[in-house]
Amino acid sequence: MDAREALMTGTTSDGKLVRRPLSPHLQVYKLPLTAITSISHRITGVALAIGTGLLVSWLMAAAAGPIAFAEAQAFMGSFLGRLMLFGWTLALFYHFCNGIRHLAWDAGYGYDMETATRTGWLTIGGAVGLTLFAWILGYALLG
Amino acid sequence: MAGTQKLTRTTLRSGLGRVRGLGSAKEGVQHWWAQRVTAIALVPLTLWFVASVILLAGADHATVSAWIARPLNTVLLIALVAATFWHAALGLQVVIEDYIHTEGTKLVVLLAVKALLALVGLAGIVAVLRVAL
Repeated sequence: MDAREALMTGTTSDGKLVRRPLSPHLQVYKLPLTAITSISHRITGVALAIGTGLLVSWLMAAAAGPIAFAEAQAFMGSFLGRLMLFGWTLALFYHFCNGIRHLAWDAGYGYDMETATRTGWLTIGGAVGLTLFAWILGYALLG
Repeated sequence: MAGTQKLTRTTLRSGLGRVRGLGSAKEGVQHWWAQRVTAIALVPLTLWFVASVILLAGADHATVSAWIARPLNTVLLIALVAATFWHAALGLQVVIEDYIHTEGTKLVVLLAVKALLALVGLAGIVAVLRVAL
C-alpha cells in the first residue's frame, strides 16, 4: 500500500470510510486540452495587461510629436519590436477567441466534454489563423 | 437548527432583507458582470483597432495624428483604452486574489496594480485627447 493512500482516506457523514479523490499532481498529470486552454487564458490575460503598455506608449509617442513617434515606429519595426508585436497579436487573438468561448459558456452553451474539447481546438486554430491573417495582410499592405 | 429559529423570531426583516448586502465582498455579481460587459465591448473594439493598426502600418506621424483626430476614432480609442484597462484591472484582481494568500500583501499588491493600471490608462486617454484636440 502506498503511503499516499492515507491522504486519500476520508469518512462520509455517516462514518463510512471512502477513498477521496485527489487533485492532480501537476508534474505527472497530463493536462487535458480544456485545462491547457484555461490556464492559457489567464497567462495571455496577464501578458496582455502588461502589453497594454505598448498601446499606450504608441499613443503617447503620437502625442509627443514627430521625433518621438518616429523613434517608436523604428522600435516597432525592429526585429525585437516585431517579435513583441507578433507575440502580442497571438496573445490578443487567443484571449479574444477563448473569451468568446467563455461568453458562450456564460450563456449556458458548450459544457459537455466533447464540445468543450472541440471549441478548445477551434480557439487555438482561430488564434493562429487570425494572427497569421493579420500579419500577412500587414506585410502585403506595406508592400 | 435552534439558532436559525431564534433569529427568525427576533427579527421583523424578511429573508431577502437579511441577506442583502452580505456575501464575500458585499458586491454580489458586480465584479463578474463588469468583467463580461467589458469583454463584450472589447470584441468589436479590438477588431476595429487591429484592422486600423494594420492599415496604419508604417504610416508617418502626420497620417497617424490625423487618424487619431477624426472624431469617431477619438471616441473609439478612448472607449478601447477605458474598456481594456477596466477589464485588465478586474482580471488581474482575480489572479492576485487566487495566488496571494497573505491578507496584507494581497491588499498592497491589489492597490498597487490598480493604481498603476489607472495611471497608465489615464495616460493613454490624455495622449489621445492631446492629439485630437
